[in-house]
Amino acid sequence: MPLALAFFFWAMALITVALFIARVWWLPELASAHGGAIDDQLVLTLVLAGIVFFLAQAALGYFIWRFRARGSERASYWHENPKMEVTWTVATAILFIGLGIQGNRVWAKYILTQAPPDAVTVEVTGQQFAWNMRYAGADGKFGRTDPKLINDANANFLGLDEADPAAHDDVLTQNLMAIPVNRPIGVILRAKDVTHSFYVPQLRVKQDAVPGMGIRVTFTATKTGEFEIACAELCGMQHYKMRGRLLVMSDADYEKWLKDRAAAQ
Amino acid sequence: MAGHAAVMEAPTGFIRKYIFSIDHKVIGIQYLLLALFAVFLGMVLSAFMRLRLAWPEEKWPLLQQIFPQGFAGGPMTPEFYLAMMTMHGTIMVFFVLTTAPLSGFGNYFLPIQVGARDMAFPILNMLSFWITFVAMAVMVMALFATGGAPIAGWTSYAPLSALGQVAGPGLGAGQTLWIVSIAIFCVASLLTSLNFLTTTLNLRARGMSLLRMPLTVWAWFTTAMLALLAFPVLLAGGILLLLDRVGGTSFFIPGGLVVSDQLIPHQGGSPLLWQHLFWFFGHPEVYIAILPGMGVTSHILSTFARKPVFAYKAMVGAIFAIGFISYIVWGHHMFMSGMSPFSSMAFSITTLAVGVPSAIKTFNWLATLWGGQIRFTSSMLYALGFVSLFVSGGVTGMLLAQPAVDVALHDTYFVVAHFHIIMGVAAIFGIFAGLHFWFPKMFGRMMDERLGKIHFWITIAGVYAIFMPMHYLGVAGALRRYAQLTEFDFLRPMQPLHQFITVAAFVTIAAQLIFVFNFFYSMFKGKRAGANPWEATTLEWIIPSPPPHDNFGPIEPVVNHGPYEYSVPGAAKDHIMQTAPAEEARR
Repeated sequence: MPLALAFFFWAMALITVALFIARVWWLPELASAHGGAIDDQLVLTLVLAGIVFFLAQAALGYFIWRFRARGSERASYWHENPKMEVTWTVATAILFIGLGIQGNRVWAKYILTQAPPDAVTVEVTGQQFAWNMRYAGADGKFGRTDPKLINDANANFLGLDEADPAAHDDVLTQNLMAIPVNRPIGVILRAKDVTHSFYVPQLRVKQDAVPGMGIRVTFTATKTGEFEIACAELCGMQHYKMRGRLLVMSDADYEKWLKDRAAAQ
Repeated sequence: MAGHAAVMEAPTGFIRKYIFSIDHKVIGIQYLLLALFAVFLGMVLSAFMRLRLAWPEEKWPLLQQIFPQGFAGGPMTPEFYLAMMTMHGTIMVFFVLTTAPLSGFGNYFLPIQVGARDMAFPILNMLSFWITFVAMAVMVMALFATGGAPIAGWTSYAPLSALGQVAGPGLGAGQTLWIVSIAIFCVASLLTSLNFLTTTLNLRARGMSLLRMPLTVWAWFTTAMLALLAFPVLLAGGILLLLDRVGGTSFFIPGGLVVSDQLIPHQGGSPLLWQHLFWFFGHPEVYIAILPGMGVTSHILSTFARKPVFAYKAMVGAIFAIGFISYIVWGHHMFMSGMSPFSSMAFSITTLAVGVPSAIKTFNWLATLWGGQIRFTSSMLYALGFVSLFVSGGVTGMLLAQPAVDVALHDTYFVVAHFHIIMGVAAIFGIFAGLHFWFPKMFGRMMDERLGKIHFWITIAGVYAIFMPMHYLGVAGALRRYAQLTEFDFLRPMQPLHQFITVAAFVTIAAQLIFVFNFFYSMFKGKRAGANPWEATTLEWIIPSPPPHDNFGPIEPVVNHGPYEYSVPGAAKDHIMQTAPAEEARR
């Protein structure tokens, strides 16, 4: 029994760690500028956690086998060692707090970066169960919206007020977002009914869209192609298929796309 | 104590003895049976979840006949999935993980271990149980509510939970019943915690100084403090949420919401306020679930390694430190919520700090084993399993405590893996360890060791097979609370892993029948147990199994020793009872 249990803990730890090292299942391919730092911090922490995990399980298994009861021998009456206790307390405190400080630096760099004035601004509004995107258009100003004017049947998902001149050139799409590659993007996140969460795995962007708030996220995509926008906060029955498409294209393609869209409206 | 004798006459009628009993031992068993019912209900709900996650489009004709609405058209509907998910989480967290370790074992053994004849307020104790029972009944009603069971998850985030049926199925009567049940549960837990605290502070036997209390008592005592301060906050939050739904108030609903094309006539509320209130309760709550398991594990490791607990005082300090820090970490659930990014930094550091006392406990458990003479009873196996699971679930906290890493992992299966291993499965292993350990005391009979070991092996292998792969899913971005993970290109390749997890879950669930059989069979047919079958030292082992109504009968327990005096050099036996004459200590 002791040996079997020891083997079980060793094997479990070994398989778990091996599957991580082999990266059988791994992070989605990175496609944003800030994501590298996040991945590095994740991998660093994962390695440290993996070492702690492996050593602890190995020790547990070894102790189980080594200190199994043998006949009528008495156990040792060893139950304190202040020096050891202080050592491991200080060591874990340094490890954990150090990791926290390092993690906060990565976080601050990502979250406190504000979109520069020339950034492309997209307003993204979540609703059950779709993403509404809005671009300010040629005037660079978003038109006025009013919840009273929202009418899904007439495709006025945001309640855009046509009486406002700034509203005329706003470009609206649903479940489709295009952005230029290698240019800072500022997203303003809103929600019109319940809380949603804007998640693009490859961009390492995840941020709740909360009713009553306009939350800003800034990122720069570094790869062209098509990506998926998923909702990461439970928003109701069809949460699992609240899916948008994100097209990352060259600057020229993006300008053309936006112009074509504006013309089509 | 002597004055108690007059009022300690054992009741004779069936109702006063077994139903509306004021005996803490009967109430403890009532709580355990309630938790046993709840855990099986919760487990069956999780089986439904796993069924849909593995084979979302598959038709189940038999299930369709039983649940014509939930399987309308053949496959399980997404709202049925979300209802299963919501009720699974709620039932497990409140009616199993809070009820069994604290109210169940705590009720039965805290008074005995401190040398009291009952709880400080026996009638309040009876009320606590029956209020919990009513809460459970209301929660089961929510499961069968008109319009469906609630689908907002065990966290019931507003405004989804505040808007009513317009926001989706199950959010009408089902959600209201959910809130009412939780509010009732809060009241019961509050009363329980008052009883625990008073009993520990005021009813200890002569010689039972605070630092002679078993670590189980320290764990229950600290847990009761957490419950005392956490549940009122949830109660307040629940009342505000109920008012938003039925009273026209707007605590959590901001202005200008349009749901299903209907303008909502509320304004001025804050969705984040609910999250703060909920997690101010919710984070201490996970420690309410796990702290008693830590106490039980320390207690059992020491007993079966035949060694004193390593660094007893540090263990007490660590329990307190964890309890205290657990109050200032709630924001780590909200890194992606739109809360101030500076708050996230503070919560990140406090969260990592809670890892320090947790690591101290792990080191001390390992050091307790060092130099021991380990006896591998099934109770000990569960306690060793607890240590392994606590490590496995704990280290992933290092990742989730960091907002930067949370950008990738928040709301994915990585989180599901983390909290299931540490607060779900580890806590359940604590319950199993305690149950196999104290069963002889509670029922006067031994549980079958062979069945216990078979159950242990299938369960430990099963839970690791279920929850370890979820880490990989999470790193790859698999989102939790999805009724199926086949609608997205980046999720679809992970489907085989989901099927593997489902098969592992079904096997593990089936194996729990071994435990149920062992539990009820041993209750009536098990081998008769003596007063102290494990050669343990604490007060519950100096009295008959099962104990008489007033616990100690004619004995007035006087405590002369610490709780874990095993293998004392020079002593006649390898364990010294806490009540042994003082001269037996160290010669």
